[in-house]
Amino acid sequence: MPAVSKGDGMRGLAVFISDIRNCKSKEAEIKRINKELANIRSKFKGDKALDGYSKKKYVCKLLFIFLLGHDIDFGHMEAVNLLSSNRYTEKQIGYLFISVLVNSNSELIRLINNAIKNDLASRNPTFMGLALHCIANVGSREMAEAFAGEIPKILVAGDTMDSVKQSAALCLLRLYRTSPDLVPMGDWTSRVVHLLNDQHLGVVTAATSLITTLAQKNPEEFKTSVSLAVSRLSRIVTSASTDLQDYTYYFVPAPWLSVKLLRLLQCYPPPEDPAVRGRLTECLETILNKAQEPPKSKKVQHSNAKNAVLFEAISLIIHHDSEPNLLVRACNQLGQFLQHRETNLRYLALESMCTLASSEFSHEAVKTHIETVINALKTERDVSVRQRAVDLLYAMCDRSNAQQIVAEMLNYLETADYSIREEIVLKVAILAEKYAVDYTWYVDTILNLIRIAGDYVSEEVWYRVIQIVINRDDVQGYAAKTVFEALQAPACHENLVKVGGYILGEFGNLIAGDPRSSPLIQFNLLHSKFHLCSVPTRALLLSTYIKFVNLFPEIKTTIQDVLRSDSQLKNADVELQQRAVEYLRLSTIASTDILATVLEEMPPFPERESSILAKLKKKKGPGTVTDLEEIKKERSSDMNGSAEPASVNASAVSTPSPSADLLGLGAAPLTNSAPAPSSSGSLLVDVFSDSASAVAPLAPGSDDNFARFVCKNNGVLFENQLLQIGLKSEFRQNLGRMFIFYGNKTSTQFLNFTPTVICSDDLQSSLNLQTKPVDPTVDGGAQVQQVVNIECVSDFMEAPILNIQFRYGGTFQNLSVKLPITLNKFFQPTEMSSQDFFQRWKQLSNPKQEVQNIFKAKHPMDAEITKAKIIGFGSALLEEVDPNPANFVGAGIIHTKTTQIGCLLRLEPNLQAQLIVTADSNMK
Amino acid sequence: MRQQKRKIHFILLFSRQGKLRLQKWYTTLPDKEKKKIVREIVQIILSRNQKTSSFVDWKDLKLVYKRYASLYFCCAIEDQDNELLTLEVVHRYVELLDRYFGNVCELDIIFNFEKAYFILDEFIIGGEVQETSKRSAVKAIEDSDMLQETVEEYMNKPAF
Repeated sequence: MPAVSKGDGMRGLAVFISDIRNCKSKEAEIKRINKELANIRSKFKGDKALDGYSKKKYVCKLLFIFLLGHDIDFGHMEAVNLLSSNRYTEKQIGYLFISVLVNSNSELIRLINNAIKNDLASRNPTFMGLALHCIANVGSREMAEAFAGEIPKILVAGDTMDSVKQSAALCLLRLYRTSPDLVPMGDWTSRVVHLLNDQHLGVVTAATSLITTLAQKNPEEFKTSVSLAVSRLSRIVTSASTDLQDYTYYFVPAPWLSVKLLRLLQCYPPPEDPAVRGRLTECLETILNKAQEPPKSKKVQHSNAKNAVLFEAISLIIHHDSEPNLLVRACNQLGQFLQHRETNLRYLALESMCTLASSEFSHEAVKTHIETVINALKTERDVSVRQRAVDLLYAMCDRSNAQQIVAEMLNYLETADYSIREEIVLKVAILAEKYAVDYTWYVDTILNLIRIAGDYVSEEVWYRVIQIVINRDDVQGYAAKTVFEALQAPACHENLVKVGGYILGEFGNLIAGDPRSSPLIQFNLLHSKFHLCSVPTRALLLSTYIKFVNLFPEIKTTIQDVLRSDSQLKNADVELQQRAVEYLRLSTIASTDILATVLEEMPPFPERESSILAKLKKKKGPGTVTDLEEIKKERSSDMNGSAEPASVNASAVSTPSPSADLLGLGAAPLTNSAPAPSSSGSLLVDVFSDSASAVAPLAPGSDDNFARFVCKNNGVLFENQLLQIGLKSEFRQNLGRMFIFYGNKTSTQFLNFTPTVICSDDLQSSLNLQTKPVDPTVDGGAQVQQVVNIECVSDFMEAPILNIQFRYGGTFQNLSVKLPITLNKFFQPTEMSSQDFFQRWKQLSNPKQEVQNIFKAKHPMDAEITKAKIIGFGSALLEEVDPNPANFVGAGIIHTKTTQIGCLLRLEPNLQAQLIVTADSNMK
Repeated sequence: MRQQKRKIHFILLFSRQGKLRLQKWYTTLPDKEKKKIVREIVQIILSRNQKTSSFVDWKDLKLVYKRYASLYFCCAIEDQDNELLTLEVVHRYVELLDRYFGNVCELDIIFNFEKAYFILDEFIIGGEVQETSKRSAVKAIEDSDMLQETVEEYMNKPAF
């Protein structure tokens, strides 16, 4: 029996603990415990009244058993009895048992509260201390109800012992945290503030914690604490290392109190009183200076305590964010720690710099450490430290270094710890989107993410890339090409199959002109992955297949054969089976028109906050990411200016003069006898240079959008801070239908909302438009839709104007945009052989039948994109027709109600980066 | 203004073999939840090697830990709290135990677990440091041992 017991030892307890420790197996331990429980139960139930010592010993044994992890369902009453013992050690064990095994049995709580009440009134400081500790340990609402009124009195009473004051302050803090409504504010609050001046540093330490928490909720009431805290802090940091005696910790004066005071000051903005402010700045400078002094001790406790105060001071400097000098000094200090031999300091420096990165004063200073941080990512042996390095890179990322940081994160991802991979994936996805100047870079980055860490790419990430590709027509062709190439890899991640399937299903047509990615090759490539994929992915691929039926009628039978196979039609999975049956049926009975309608390209997604960001926030817990993001957002608009698109004042927009024609068609004579040929040349110019003309004084930005719509039917036509206008349209022969979606981006109603489609007199005779009125009220966040039925009577050159008027929060808004209904929408592609083409081309020799235009390419000439544009323009892309393989050739028929016009087109890219376009047309 | 809830959420003491020696909770949780947390954290910390930092992210909290001989001391603090000072909270607690027991070892804490709890209560209340002076904290405990008994008295007590 080791003589390890000290104080008022309990021999029986020591023996029991020894027995348990000697048990060879879990079973033996349980057996011993059950024996003891039976013994204690019989003692408690026995006729003989137990003395205080025995009661204490048995209660303590129960406690031990409970702490071993076993359930205890008796002994509470005996513990409560101990509370009223006059022997301190018995009372103490009683309180300990209650603290650990609290139980909401109301009868018991009443008895416990009664005992506590007696002890609080006993005026015996040790008993009062025990009672206060118990209240703080339990901290229940019942306790708060019983004592929240009493404790403030004890706290501020003149005759309360210092040790009791300390306990009372922290006990009250605990109650305030659990039940703030039950702690009454009152006279005592001002007296609590003055505890900051108390002689006893222990009292100040405890009181500062309480004041800090109260000040957060009631800043006005505790405002006077600022100057008191500053002067107290000043006295501490300037004191000699031995002045504070017991409160000096390894040569650091009162580190706990210093940190708490610095924390209290973080509840307030910088002090307004210049004297107080100056004194605080001095304190902070002193702390920064002391950090540079040689250590007074080699012990780690010394450096830890000193640096704990330093880091808290830096937190305050960052919180105030008003002293550039201090911020930069803080950053330099942390920069030294980045290469310190102590892992803990490197960790903390990285962590602290994250917040410094969000201050405009120190952001640039933080950025200078980028190489060190990247190095940390590569060489640190502790995953916690690497995680901080990732966080810091994320925080210091801006437009200037995004490419480098994303590349480094991708690099690191290859070897990153499994525990942080998902977070890195989210961060890379967010940065790539946020700082993408070029969306092809974004697409490449996300595909790399999937390649490197496919398992960690959550749904949010691959949903987002699809949203972005669908909403940005400038990247669709590239995305299709890139996923197609990525899918060539023999083993690619299922997430890539999902993204690839979706994108090819929407935009596979954009690359189908290239024989290496012909419809059949695309289909075979996707289908080669099909059987290795999970059910949801296979379901997605089936949808891609049916979309292919619409995009590529030539492979319809191949796809139908696949759908018809037993493995699909009789698939055990009900979802797959249903899709196969329905898609097969759809492809068999529906006319091309119906197919085209059902399987139309997806409409653009409403612009919204990235769901990835939401996911990251959730992962990191509330508060941490949000704050940083908010600050960064503000900063980026302050500093980078151009980061966000310039806002558009809708009311300033005027209606354009009808002659200000975006396509520049106005120059051509407007007669039925001189149709499209004369104009299609300049129309083409606009197709190939997204922002060729900027004549129309329409809503800024809408020109660009309008030009884009020449080659596509769906997308966002216009957007400002209030309103988003989306379009979805379809054209068959000389008929069309356009859905216009008006989205109210604000939270306020639009009133008298009246969109009107205006055609000039000339246009009215060629274009027949019918619209239905929309509801004049558009609720905040709501979207209304308007249908326009379109009939092309004869060829035309202008575009109709969409004028929108509404009232928003008392101001009248009036804006106009061009509605992208252009002649090429009524193009039907025609396939023809090389011989036919050139025969017809030669026949069109009349000058009125030909137009030629030479223009400089505004963008690098990418064959795939050019092909996509030609297809989007509406004509057929004729492959292997022109003897010069560099040239592009197209043919189609423009359908109007009165006539059909055949149209041939040649595009001759020139080495000097010029394009020659020739278009011929013929009236049939 | 950012909410500054900075307190210790719980303190765990466990051996290198993963045996829990002391647990102090400053947030109210069901027993089942506590057991789960203990299992998880003991496993996380025991699996870390020696040269690493003393900090681990855990859910939305941060674990700050240090090993003294055969015992790990681990505090769970809020993300924004002061990590280095928490390490010194642990150190100060070890010093208090040492002062009370004299060269404290794991066995002292096993056989006198209730004293380890009392000393902690004198030092920390509701997750906040109450008294940082070693002298004051130990004195409070020693006051409670005023009724020191002799070895004979101890040996005369029943051994069951």
